[in-house]
Amino acid sequence: MSVLDRLRETFAADGQAARVVPPAGHTAWLTSFTAGAMTFLAVFALALSLAAGRLADRWSQALAQTATIRISAPAEQLDRQSEAVLAVLATTPGVAEARAMTAEEQRLLLAPWFGPDLPLDALPMPRLIEVSEGEPGYDREGLRQRLAAEAPGAVLDDHTRWREPLAEAASRLRLLGLLSIGLILAAMGAMITLAANAALSANAQVIRVLRLVGAKDSYIARAFVQRFTVRTLVGAAIGALAGLAGVFALPAADAAGGFLTGLGFQGAGWLWPLMLPPLAAAVAYAATRTAAHAKLRELT
Amino acid sequence: MIAFENVAYNYGGGELLSDVSLRLAPGSFHFLTGPSGSGKTTFLKLGYAELLPTAGRVTIFDREVRSLSRDDVARTRRRIGVVHQDCQFLDHLPLAANVLLPLTVSGKPAAPGDLRDLLGWVGLGTLAEALPPSLSGGERQRAALARAVIMGPDVILADEPTGNVDWEMSMRLLQLLVELNRMGKTILVATHDLNLIRQAKSQVPARVLRISKRRIHLAGADL
Repeated sequence: MSVLDRLRETFAADGQAARVVPPAGHTAWLTSFTAGAMTFLAVFALALSLAAGRLADRWSQALAQTATIRISAPAEQLDRQSEAVLAVLATTPGVAEARAMTAEEQRLLLAPWFGPDLPLDALPMPRLIEVSEGEPGYDREGLRQRLAAEAPGAVLDDHTRWREPLAEAASRLRLLGLLSIGLILAAMGAMITLAANAALSANAQVIRVLRLVGAKDSYIARAFVQRFTVRTLVGAAIGALAGLAGVFALPAADAAGGFLTGLGFQGAGWLWPLMLPPLAAAVAYAATRTAAHAKLRELT
Repeated sequence: MIAFENVAYNYGGGELLSDVSLRLAPGSFHFLTGPSGSGKTTFLKLGYAELLPTAGRVTIFDREVRSLSRDDVARTRRRIGVVHQDCQFLDHLPLAANVLLPLTVSGKPAAPGDLRDLLGWVGLGTLAEALPPSLSGGERQRAALARAVIMGPDVILADEPTGNVDWEMSMRLLQLLVELNRMGKTILVATHDLNLIRQAKSQVPARVLRISKRRIHLAGADL
């Protein structure tokens, strides 16, 4: 029997199977509450994961497309070497744009550390040349060798050493978010299994009677599977909506807030949490079905 | 219908039944007697695959019970009506739903007229919506009988069906069983009520079996 057939059988409209099992008491609320709370947490884990993914992509892309050439040379050679570097860059395939940073731009870069009144002229500052990469990119090693020949004081910094750890950290964070969702679903499955087992044990006498009058295991299991799946779906839907509301209420992303204010969903990303209730219901279906069949073999 | 071949059953604390051989022929009527604890209920449970023999073979409708899957056991039980000693019901469902339970679990529709007739036949026509805990012992026994026959089973196994009822009610229940036997059903009734057996023998050619010293014997004609 295919999964689709099983689902169709479980949720068949007659509902007879569900009626032969007595209405549950507090376990119904506990299952819905657990599913709701877990889905609420899963929404935040998903938001974290998606935000970390965006951050990883942004850092990788932003830094990957730019490079800096630093020219450290005696003051009388700086201009000559800068011109040589710009000439090399102008003839390098894959370099979209190259320009020497102005003294004012360099002052702004250093201002956070040395203050706004830094006397650049009095310091042996290197000259910085900003390089924007075009498509399909330039040959880094070839450029390094040409720079070494034409401007011995020039050093190409393509940001690799900055970019890689940042992108890796963001990727790990994304992975942790996804792992958290997996753990949350696994924990939900475990709790539903326990609740289903408790419900089956509490209804041992009912199950015995049903078996004696000729009920198949699948019929009896259906009553429990249907009940727990629907409860989980309802609880998870409420949890997902609450989680979405919580994420929506977070402060909007801005440059100053950095990562924390960027924790949320963007565009179609708002649809991802809506996948969580069906996923939780699928977990509940599988967990209850497995628990029910195992318990039925044990009880009768 | 149901055959026992050299069957033994051991609960773990010693052998309760030993080397039991019996064949329930279609349309036969058997009584099973014996003192309390002699194994009458165990024998019946072996007859509807609630228990598996520890030795020997039990064959139900030509299939050895050990070869039956759990679904096969369920399907087999739909052909056997069982009246339990303690009349197990689902207490949250009304009497009518309990009587219909074998049809419900097998996905078969129940004609309202048939249920009404059946409840009337067992004298419970006015109690269709009553919950089982509110029924008397006799009403529960009759409801159990109604549930046992609603699927039109080939065999009816009844465990002390008159255990909790007065003589008048016992006779009424017996009459129901006799009528079912005349309709061609195979009947096996476990009881220690000898008067009931005498009454039945005056109406149908019933065989009386007795469990003694772990074995089944054909009881004497003085019954």
